[in-house]
Amino acid sequence: MSSLSERPRNPDVGQAIPHESADLHVTGRALYTDDLTGRTKDVLHAWPVQSPHAHARITRIDTTPATRVDGVVRVLTADDVPGVNDAGVKHDEPLFPSEAMFHGHAVVWVLGETLEAARLGAAAVEVDYEVLPSILTTAEAIAAESFQGGQPRMERGDVDAALASAAHVFHGEFECKGQEHFYLETHAALAQVDENGQVFVQSSTQHPSETQEIVAHVLGLRSHEVTVQCLRMGGGFGGKEMQPHGLAAVAALGAVITGRPVRLRLNRTLDMSMTGKRHGFHTQWRVGFDADGGLVALDATLTSDAGWSLDLSEPVLARAVCHVDNAYWIPHVRVNGRIAKTHKTSQTAFRGFGGPQGMLVIEDILGRCAPLLGRDPADLRRQNFYGPGQSTPYGQEVTQWDRLPRAWDQLLRTADIANRRQEIDRFNATHPDTRRGLALTPVKFGISFNLTAFNQGGALVLVYKDGSVLINHGGTEMGQGLHTKMLQVAATALGIPRASVRLAPTRTDKVPNTSATAASSGADLNGGAVKDACEQIKGRLAQVAAQHFGVHAADVRFDGGTVSAIGSKADPIPWAQLTERAYFQRVQLSATGYYRTEGLHWDSTVMRGTPFKYFAHGVAAAEVEVDGFTGAYRTRRVDIVHDVGDSLSPLVDLGQIEGGFVQGAGWMTLEELVWDESDGPNRGKLTTQAASTYKLPSFSEMPEVFNVALLPHAHEEGAVYGSKAVGEPPLMLAFCVREALRQAAAAFGAPGTSIDLPLPATPEAVFWAVEDARAGHADGAVERGDRAERHVPDQPGPDAHAPHPRSEELASEPAKG
Amino acid sequence: MMGDVSTSTSARGPQVTVNGTSRSLGQTPSYLSLLDFLRGQGLTGAKEGCAEGECGACSVLVARPDGDGSAWVALNACLPPAVAYAGQEIVTAEGLGAPGDLHPVQEEMAQRGGSQCGYCTPGFVCSMAAEYYRADRAPGTATPDPERGPNGFDLQALSGNLCRCTGYRPIRDAAYALGSPGEDDPLAQRRTAPAPGAEATRVSDGAHEFVRPTTLSEAVALLADDRETRLVAGATDWGVAANLLMARSPVLIAVDRLPELRELHETGEHIEIGAALTLSEIEQQLAGRITLLDQLFGQFASRLIRNAATLGGNLGTGSPIGDAAPALLALDARLVLTGPGGDRVVPIADYFTGYRQTIRHPDELIRSVRIPVPLAATTAFHKIAKRRFDDISGVAVAFALDLQDGVVRRARIGLGGVAATPLRAYDAEAALQGRPWTLDTAQEAARVLGATGTPLDDHRASARYRTAMLRTAVLKFQAQTTSEEVDA
Ligand SMILES: Cc1cc2nc3c(=O)[nH]c(=O)nc-3n(C[C@H](O)[C@H](O)[C@H](O)COP(=O)(O)OP(=O)(O)OC[C@H]3O[C@@H](n4cnc5c(N)ncnc54)[C@H](O)[C@@H]3O)c2cc1C
Ligand code: FES
Ligand code: FES
Repeated sequence: MSSLSERPRNPDVGQAIPHESADLHVTGRALYTDDLTGRTKDVLHAWPVQSPHAHARITRIDTTPATRVDGVVRVLTADDVPGVNDAGVKHDEPLFPSEAMFHGHAVVWVLGETLEAARLGAAAVEVDYEVLPSILTTAEAIAAESFQGGQPRMERGDVDAALASAAHVFHGEFECKGQEHFYLETHAALAQVDENGQVFVQSSTQHPSETQEIVAHVLGLRSHEVTVQCLRMGGGFGGKEMQPHGLAAVAALGAVITGRPVRLRLNRTLDMSMTGKRHGFHTQWRVGFDADGGLVALDATLTSDAGWSLDLSEPVLARAVCHVDNAYWIPHVRVNGRIAKTHKTSQTAFRGFGGPQGMLVIEDILGRCAPLLGRDPADLRRQNFYGPGQSTPYGQEVTQWDRLPRAWDQLLRTADIANRRQEIDRFNATHPDTRRGLALTPVKFGISFNLTAFNQGGALVLVYKDGSVLINHGGTEMGQGLHTKMLQVAATALGIPRASVRLAPTRTDKVPNTSATAASSGADLNGGAVKDACEQIKGRLAQVAAQHFGVHAADVRFDGGTVSAIGSKADPIPWAQLTERAYFQRVQLSATGYYRTEGLHWDSTVMRGTPFKYFAHGVAAAEVEVDGFTGAYRTRRVDIVHDVGDSLSPLVDLGQIEGGFVQGAGWMTLEELVWDESDGPNRGKLTTQAASTYKLPSFSEMPEVFNVALLPHAHEEGAVYGSKAVGEPPLMLAFCVREALRQAAAAFGAPGTSIDLPLPATPEAVFWAVEDARAGHADGAVERGDRAERHVPDQPGPDAHAPHPRSEELASEPAKG
Repeated sequence: MMGDVSTSTSARGPQVTVNGTSRSLGQTPSYLSLLDFLRGQGLTGAKEGCAEGECGACSVLVARPDGDGSAWVALNACLPPAVAYAGQEIVTAEGLGAPGDLHPVQEEMAQRGGSQCGYCTPGFVCSMAAEYYRADRAPGTATPDPERGPNGFDLQALSGNLCRCTGYRPIRDAAYALGSPGEDDPLAQRRTAPAPGAEATRVSDGAHEFVRPTTLSEAVALLADDRETRLVAGATDWGVAANLLMARSPVLIAVDRLPELRELHETGEHIEIGAALTLSEIEQQLAGRITLLDQLFGQFASRLIRNAATLGGNLGTGSPIGDAAPALLALDARLVLTGPGGDRVVPIADYFTGYRQTIRHPDELIRSVRIPVPLAATTAFHKIAKRRFDDISGVAVAFALDLQDGVVRRARIGLGGVAATPLRAYDAEAALQGRPWTLDTAQEAARVLGATGTPLDDHRASARYRTAMLRTAVLKFQAQTTSEEVDA
């Protein structure tokens, strides 16, 4: 066992405890960024003027009518920017644009004494536009060759030869739509300038350090002149990784210019119409199976719909490409990726970070091809799992290959799959207008940021004379329970009760140069750093104690708030007594902690390396029931076995698994981003830009029976106290819901019916699938072998540039989530 | 029934009691929501997640009349004007408990992992507390029901609350683990005293006036104001327009507490339902008397919305996708409209004249809805929407059939979402009447119904799907009413 993963006696980690802020949450006392507005004096409110066109040159802006509106204080325009007029890290996101790049693009911002004044002011600003042609869909972008960023290619073996000799070859296309984060708390920032010119921005951000950098460069300041604090977020899910920066910068600019605090909070409509979402993906594919159903080759071209600017699209695409294999050994693989530039919001990180879009490709293929191969989809999946000694297409060995089969077999038992299958067959045979389906799908998800530089974390731990402990770390709390875990890590590392440890809000002046709280890596990186800081302090205290007990420091034990020594007859001393003693002996009681993940390397130019510290695994089974009259459905039961290593905090991890699953199920079924793609006056407008039209799962979508088990014997050597990351992987467990719907719809037809089910599989989509199945023309929109060579996925030519290593360094890297 | 109407506005100006403390509403403009008012007072527990009644992050408790006493009812604070709560009593999550002194609902939510990011949590706590205090919540129903806990907790109470983090399971467990309020629970005790009555209110910020008249005749007189006036009842439509579209009105006239609009009674000819009763109140007072409405209520918005929304407001919008109209069409209801010249009674089938247009004159309001008795015995309300809880209809079909010896004696079908107005499906009715209630008849009627209306494509559904749903609605209805397999 590594020293990183080993747990001491009576560890606090591993205890199932509620969220550290639960009491504040339930009593309405927990503060979020915008709750500070009413607690701050003389705040100005910001509201944008949004473009009514998907693409247009701005020919004139007249702000004077706005300044005549009662209560309007100022209109912020490009002319006000003292530094760089850009909100991104790629210099392709002008903060005050001269060309509107999507419907809803903020052109200028109005500051008002009240929100009402700012809104009325924004309505009064006059902007003239010269409308330009716009590209809205991936298909339009492909036809127009409207791409941006690098075009990675991952290749292993000889795909063409393998397909030529494969027993079964199929080809088809697959399109998955994007997803709105719908964090319940919309974007918010509150900026102030102190007497010394120090800019202080409270922001709902997953990446305070980057928010700080962007605010600084917009204002023409250096990083030490800007402090960013994030108290907590009302959800992030990746949507607050890059997107908060420009909003914080507008607030900060307003504060610098007016000398008054500025609050910028997007309401839901603004948030949905302005900020990035999960990328939709379009995929062309060819696949080959051997006579027994073994996968032999996959040739796929993935085109992501990135919207108007790059944002994190390159690393998102890279992670998608790296996850097309999901859990399956595919000897010959060629995956091309490209990024469509469209006139939509700039799509961004979202739980899974492209991984899900990649994994869906193979899961969709297996779901559509299994009936055509005459195979049960679950058996086909199980058969193709990785085995010992096998590696991913990018060359990383799948060392824990045994975990998925173990989890799968456990699920078959605990979810009573065989008996339920029979029950479902009986049910389907006797219910002419209703069908049930039961599907199992696996998840294998790589954990780490691919760009090695991002795999570092920092912490600052302060121990006071009275023995109380305050920890700061670089991660942000968005509900995922990171702070809870960090308290547990600190209590464990110091051997003191959790009640002696407090956690301070995340601030850039406590821990500098942090990575985004993303890629599920928050606990791994910050946990490593907190543990490091605690151990430094403990090491110093051990010296003090060793003197006291007259033993060697290695024989000092910290446990439950008392300090004792092996082989000493002296009474143990309380922790607080030791800290006081240490103070008087002039021993330093604070430490900065640091952690870097070892053993990673990645070459993005050839898409090869060992980018991931380890893989997280899980399997899920969903049973659904479909109403043939309407296509409406409900989820009757879900069973999950998931690998979280040795859990740091089981209640938190359980919450991540369940919550991730339901969020994924929403994407699979209900949540539908609909853009106006007509040539009408609203072209480019997101027509589902409100909670009333964009439907999230509610109580009615929760599985009626929901069983989640953590995979036993799952110690992870490579992470803090043997745990594994849990933030993202469970989202992909929800693929089984869509596969179950596919099977239920197919059950309305003859055996061998294959269903091409849109994503999201809305009731309407399921209804048409049922109609096709009933009519006997459901072939999965998959074409067979012989003509397959005529349907080679687009192969980006030699002039398509590989990902630019430098641009990736600047932006982020291929596996950031 | 509403409590006594007090006609005197407090000398200190309009006040609202929040968590036991009286707070001045001052010159609050009529467009300021209760939520923004509370947050402006530093009570930031209630959150804004959508400002359109969809997420429940803004849920608060309000004391409402219940028999001789009162009930704690949860509703969306983001929708109603704050000034509509003059004289009323409100409790927020902050008022239920504090760290170290948690309310039982808060205790269960905290301990069971019911909060992750915590942003939805205060709203869930309030919605859950309302159900916790529901006087007729009775533990242990005989048949297991996935939407009802062993403690009688009705999951519909949480149908208007969204959580993006937890996946709901721990919240459900918290709800189902709740016991009953103790004797000494002050909010439980509060229920034995009457709720505050309606308080005559007149508040203006200069440009936006809010008026609460206390009699129907006063209200009708106000409608004659030279300025543009606007009625508001539960404000579940009005609040959305005010928040998102910046709808503003020079004069807002509140009718939701007019006693004349809050009666429900049955004569030998009809059941009369006051236009300002909330849907929850109607549901409770009818107690299943009108099956078709019962079938509708569970599919109409959320509990939070139904606690505020009125029939008058639903019909007042003239919306082609309102759910009440199809049901009332199938019930052959009449509307009582009151204007300066008194009452007139119009069949609902004549009420809608065009897209969001009705025969109601600007100086009239809807006083009540009359539903003729006897009622049809075989009914169904089919709502086609993406989500089962709290979604707007793509298509709504209401059926009311009188069957005699397996033959359709009379059929009435109301439709929503397939034309510029709600429709009676006369042709499909004719295809059913006098025929045996068989698959053949249903198929013929399905063909006719499928050709009714002029459905459109939008983000909710395609025109093709809407048409298909009209067709399959009859088939499903027929299957449901004749099949043994009710579970299917
Ligand atoms: C989240 C959400 C979900 C919803 N779901 C549904 C749904 O599932 N089905 C559905 O049908 N609707 C739904 N609605 C719409 C809305 O709740 C209903 O239309 C409701 O019945 C309106 O009643 P109200 O009292 O709140 O109306 P208000 O908002 O107060 O008023 C609405 C309109 O009616 C007028 N009006 C009010 N009372 C009268 C009267 N007595 N006489 C004449 N005019 C009057 C007002 O002037 C105003 O124009 C939903 C709304 C929200 C916010
Ligand atoms: S803020 Fe979402 S319902 Fe009120
Ligand atoms: S806990 Fe985050 S939305 Fe519910």
